[in-house]
Amino acid sequence: MEKRRITFVLLVCIARVDPSCAQEINDIDEAKIDAAMRAAFPKANVDWLSRLKADQTIAGCSQYKDTPPAAPTIAARERASIRYPPDGELMGDWKRGEQLAQSGYGLRFTDYPPTRGNGGNCYACHQLTKEELSYGTLGPSLAGYGKIRRSSEADTKAAYDKIYNSQATYPCSLMPRFGTNGVLTIEQIKDIVALLMSPESPVNRP
Amino acid sequence: MNVRRNLCAAVLASAFAGAVHAQESIGGAIERELETYRSMMKSDPWSNPGTLDVDRGESLWKTPAGPNNVSLEACDLGLGPGKVDGAFAALPRYFADAERVMDVEARVLWCMEKLQGFDHVKLLVRPHPGAGMPVKDLGAIATYVAYRSNGRSFAATFSHPKEKEMLALGEALFFHRSGPMDFACSTCHRDSGKRIRLQPLPVFSKPEEARRIVGEWPAYRVSAAHVMTMQHRIYDCFWQMRLPEVELGSDVSVALISYLVKQAEGGEINIPGMKR
Repeated sequence: MEKRRITFVLLVCIARVDPSCAQEINDIDEAKIDAAMRAAFPKANVDWLSRLKADQTIAGCSQYKDTPPAAPTIAARERASIRYPPDGELMGDWKRGEQLAQSGYGLRFTDYPPTRGNGGNCYACHQLTKEELSYGTLGPSLAGYGKIRRSSEADTKAAYDKIYNSQATYPCSLMPRFGTNGVLTIEQIKDIVALLMSPESPVNRP
Repeated sequence: MNVRRNLCAAVLASAFAGAVHAQESIGGAIERELETYRSMMKSDPWSNPGTLDVDRGESLWKTPAGPNNVSLEACDLGLGPGKVDGAFAALPRYFADAERVMDVEARVLWCMEKLQGFDHVKLLVRPHPGAGMPVKDLGAIATYVAYRSNGRSFAATFSHPKEKEMLALGEALFFHRSGPMDFACSTCHRDSGKRIRLQPLPVFSKPEEARRIVGEWPAYRVSAAHVMTMQHRIYDCFWQMRLPEVELGSDVSVALISYLVKQAEGGEINIPGMKR
């Protein structure tokens, strides 16, 4: 316990002295960026042009290099976009969730016409099951996620919300807004929630 | 700050589960194995197949070609017509004849078009090789030009107003999030010590790390069995970001390269590098 407290203090100190922690602003005109982006993708299909244009939240995150001054406003706006399954059941099938966590398929210009559903690609950034050693570290380890939280209902909803729209929880989070941006369906998000929260899921096995 | 704090909080959460130490020991062992593999590949520079494309690029540079049947030896890479040595180390720069800032690939493209008479549109139909296919002629020439700055340091001055403007655009674009995943370059390349799956990510927001990485491009990519240029590398990042195909030589890619080169200022050029 003592050791962990020291770790915490150290992390805070590093954050304090790290100059990149200070708030930085991109002062270049947003219209100039948009014009450059539009010109740089001449092969873009008309349906894709919206991908080049940031919404209000993302434009603000870019401008403030992901350290936004108006975090509560962003969280409220993003929370309003979260949709829930009609029956209120937030957990699907963890086995399908594991397949989604493994798959990075979908939405790349080589993925058309689509041959299968989009993946969630969770392992690109997170550790999940102990069996999968090829995991990234851009996000925190999620090993034992549900077990730590004792599979409570509130935590299940928090997991659903985080996947549906990460920015409702952490404004300017680096994680994609999977539900809001239409990357994953409600059913797919439920499957990933099950992977995280179900007591049977390998994520929660010792 | 929020992101950082949140990540710290999440890391702490897993520390309480006792997971962090296990994660580090597995990750550390895998990382050491990968480093052994990389150092074996690097130990003999002549084992790098990318050097074949340096030679091919040299021959393409010197051989008359295109509708005008001339070589590229009159191409001005910034130091005067035909001067190749050290030219790459001073790029990107503003070219008055083209009225814009260009990196090595944008400039070679320009010379192939203006001197040799190649069709701009045709050169840009499929400018990058598929896996297993050799780098295109333009990329091979750019690789040769870059090779002739080996041992020098990145020293683009960014003193012309247009160069300053391009650099500012590049920095803004580095942090500019877009697409259905809300990704920016900075999503993956801002913080040290991160990986996607097992692949360590280079960090470009910190000059000491950028200096070690940027001078390795163009690089031979083992998994694709070809030389990959910096314009191709950025094209691949945009693909992964779920954005459309970025045009070779566009202001967006030149701006990003300007930012990378500025971050790597003083770093040594040693190409072709050897990558996964």
